[in-house]
Amino acid sequence: MWRWFHRLASPPHLYRTAGALTPWFAFAAAILIGYGLVDGLAFAPPDYQQGDAFRIIYVHAPSAWLSLFGYTAMAVAGAIALIWRIKVGYAVAAAAAPIGASFTLSALVTGSLWGRPMWGTYWAWDPRLTSELILLFLYFGVISLRKAFEDPGRGDRASALLGIVGVVNVPIVHFSVYWWNSLHQGGTVMRLGKPEMPGSMLWPLLAMLAGFMCFFGAVLCVRVRAEILTRERQSTWVREVVAA
Amino acid sequence: MTPRRKRLWVVLGILAGVSASVALAVVAGRQDISFYYVPTQVALGKAPRDKDFRIGGLVMKGSVRRKPGDMTVHFVLTDYAHQVPVVYTGVLPDLFREGQGIIAHGQLGPNGVFVADEVLAKHDSKYMPPEIAAAVKKNAGIAGAAAAPSPRG
Repeated sequence: MWRWFHRLASPPHLYRTAGALTPWFAFAAAILIGYGLVDGLAFAPPDYQQGDAFRIIYVHAPSAWLSLFGYTAMAVAGAIALIWRIKVGYAVAAAAAPIGASFTLSALVTGSLWGRPMWGTYWAWDPRLTSELILLFLYFGVISLRKAFEDPGRGDRASALLGIVGVVNVPIVHFSVYWWNSLHQGGTVMRLGKPEMPGSMLWPLLAMLAGFMCFFGAVLCVRVRAEILTRERQSTWVREVVAA
Repeated sequence: MTPRRKRLWVVLGILAGVSASVALAVVAGRQDISFYYVPTQVALGKAPRDKDFRIGGLVMKGSVRRKPGDMTVHFVLTDYAHQVPVVYTGVLPDLFREGQGIIAHGQLGPNGVFVADEVLAKHDSKYMPPEIAAAVKKNAGIAGAAAAPSPRG
């Protein structure tokens, strides 16, 4: 196990592993999201208060979850690179950032569209909404800091450090609805105790969640490969790959 | 200490320092970060006077009064410990109903009535198909008393 992990630190090995994993992730994502969308949008019963408007949860909740998961993954990759000087960590962090930022934007936009009819407003400076917006700005900071230096090595290190420090915001986003009075409701699935949802609504939601994870995995693999090729373009193995 | 171990401690140290300062800032600004005050805080005089703030609670059953042909609505917000009467003129969100958690923005008048200029509905984390909701309501009626939801709602 440890050796398998260690070998991933070699760029050509990670390049090949990511390439082999991509179709599996993509296939699983297509199946799970396909089932989740059909069951969630067409067959799950409407909610007793929100009617059909509740169905936005099938995109909103997985997006929000992935926005936090993506950030944590990016920060861990950056920390591994920074502490153990494993260079591919920077490539993984760089590849993960725009995906996580997209999920954050998706969570904010879908939440806003739902908030207008349900709460009566598109936006409120509520702890959950504000901390999620800060998460988006952290992503933007991490992405732009990487490109703000002449020397790409310094950009990588600065960006990784900002990413690690920003991890402080991840539990704040998650627990904001419990620590403070907020407009946003508490967790329905990600909570202590039973999910506050019947199985007919829950199964498509869990499928969407797993599907979004696989989709993240597939896009990350593709992006990591592109990132490695760019970063290792001077090496002979990349020339061989490109020539082949 | 190897350089690798040193870098590990430096990164952990920075993270711990930032966490501690954020935690302190958050504890100091606890009420400023919260989106609303609950009726108990208003009753204890912890809510601002002569200043706009938000109050959140459940709309008390049987407290909603409307005059026909008028947009003004009177209702009472409760957290099961204290009550605050609210008056509001305007369009209410779809989820506004008795027993529902709502958040009103406005000022507390000298007579103790909260004059709201905006009312938002707070949704809870429960999702149910309509048939099950109807059954739950029926069973709660038979049992006489349903478990009281938390004031945070």
